[in-house]
Amino acid sequence: MSLEDVENIKKRIENFKKTLMELTEAPGAQVTAEHKIREMSAEVVDSNPYSRLMALQRMGIVKNYEDIRKYTVVVVGVGGVGSVTAEMLTRCGIGKLVLFDYDKVELANMNRLFYQPSQAGLSKVTAASMTLSKINPDVKIETYNTNITLTTHFEEFLTVLKTGGINGDRVDLVLSCVDNYEARMTINTACNELGLNWFESGVSENAVCGHIQYIVPGESACFACAPPLVVASDIDEKTLKKDGVCAASLPTTMGVVAGLLVQNALKKLLGFGTVSWYLGYNALTDFFPSMMIKPNPNCSDNFCLKQQSEFKNMVKEEPEFTNVDLIEDIVTHESNEWGITLAEDQPTASNNTSELVESIKTVNVNQNNSIKSDEEYLSLNDGLEFAYPSADQTAPNEENLVKETELNVDDLREQLSLL
Amino acid sequence: MENTKKALSSIPLLKTKAGPRDVDLWPQRLKEEYQSLIQYVQNNKAADNDWFRLESNKEGTKWFGKCWVFQNQLKYEFDIEFDIPVTFPATAPEIALPELDGKTAKMYRGGKICLSDHFKPLWARNVPKFGISHALALGLGPWLAVEIPELIQKGVVKYKEKEDN
Ligand SMILES: [Zn+2]
Repeated sequence: MSLEDVENIKKRIENFKKTLMELTEAPGAQVTAEHKIREMSAEVVDSNPYSRLMALQRMGIVKNYEDIRKYTVVVVGVGGVGSVTAEMLTRCGIGKLVLFDYDKVELANMNRLFYQPSQAGLSKVTAASMTLSKINPDVKIETYNTNITLTTHFEEFLTVLKTGGINGDRVDLVLSCVDNYEARMTINTACNELGLNWFESGVSENAVCGHIQYIVPGESACFACAPPLVVASDIDEKTLKKDGVCAASLPTTMGVVAGLLVQNALKKLLGFGTVSWYLGYNALTDFFPSMMIKPNPNCSDNFCLKQQSEFKNMVKEEPEFTNVDLIEDIVTHESNEWGITLAEDQPTASNNTSELVESIKTVNVNQNNSIKSDEEYLSLNDGLEFAYPSADQTAPNEENLVKETELNVDDLREQLSLL
Repeated sequence: MENTKKALSSIPLLKTKAGPRDVDLWPQRLKEEYQSLIQYVQNNKAADNDWFRLESNKEGTKWFGKCWVFQNQLKYEFDIEFDIPVTFPATAPEIALPELDGKTAKMYRGGKICLSDHFKPLWARNVPKFGISHALALGLGPWLAVEIPELIQKGVVKYKEKEDN
């Protein structure tokens, strides 16, 4: 039997397995499908899946919870963080979810949440969409079993971001739940081009640190503005034994990061609370460092520079544009028409406001000051560090560079093949 | 490690910062990649350390070829393949040896080799000067040197008699 035959048989087995699962579980799916609800009800009855969510609105935490039905969120990477992220959004009743991944479910993934051993061998996006649509049939789910870092799939990715929204408009938010630098840079490239807001998330390879980062092209640093920012775990890399493995993982750290990610995505979409720019998590010390990183005026991504100048113009035209709404929002939320507040609530609430005003002032100051040096740009808050150094700007000696040549690509290709 | 450093310093550096989506500048970058690879293979031959061959599709976005390791006078050969990512050269290509997929934990899905902690920082520091040759010299070369002897010893990789030899 040839290798090709084996591959074909493997493919057929996967298809059979998928069909079998769909058939055996179809009756359940039909029952839930009958309960499809188009509008969210606030009625408090046991049969209403949204009653506890709509209570957020009754309590005044969220102004209009039903708005969540209008939004489309793209989750890139449905592994340890992304699958849990997708499940949370599904249970919250998000309008539409678009999932990207090119990996398969493996038994080695079972130390994480969400996937089940019976799904091993299925593509992650297929397995995820089957589970998610059973949890909440109201959510529209679209899947792409593709690797976005390849040139052949990148255009498709751009198109989905531009037209994947509920009414064929652009999507509302992109959540990066990938595990590698290449895919993060790809999402960054796409979102800079389209001016689309996105969250980056990550868990360290030693499984004890994680972070989320909110990126608004032009307003905050993009992923290429500075080297990736990670939480300093204070573990000496030399003592870290990596023999025989690429990465460790814990369901706990991944669950925490997914929770922080979706919490901030919900705050952004539904307009409550304040959204963290960068929030780190060090599991060893339960430390949560945070900071805002300004865009780099020397960013290597041209679309980032374009977004930066557009943002500057917008601030010039409406100087208070980013901040006033926020302050007013907090103040109105705080005022209480009965004048009654629980004693223990009071200090926290006012603290938050003053901290917020403080941070807004800082942002304003930073925007007025041009950044003088790389060192100043790259100064970080405690507990945070860059994963890699910045690109070395010094020009190499001419003799170390490739020489000018009269030959064209085809000549060179032939020359290499003849060696 | 000393050998890696020496090999690395004699590979020509590249000038053009362009990825495959950059229609205007990519052909120039591709030329430089070929020039750099030609020089690298010539260096290897001169140092009696010839260890790979590589070619690409017409667009220069897909690369494939062979690499080999000698152990006890026996030649162990492996297919190489990788794509040029959309964000190249800011990110390095992810080199894969598909036939070893699933045979070692030092690999990511699809047989992509697991690189050392030194690789990515060094690459980041040298954007856009590093190209495919550097990824081979810094990434694949050291990986083969460490992993293949171990896989042979474990019996995971076996010597294949070649019909055409
Ligand atoms: Zn940038």
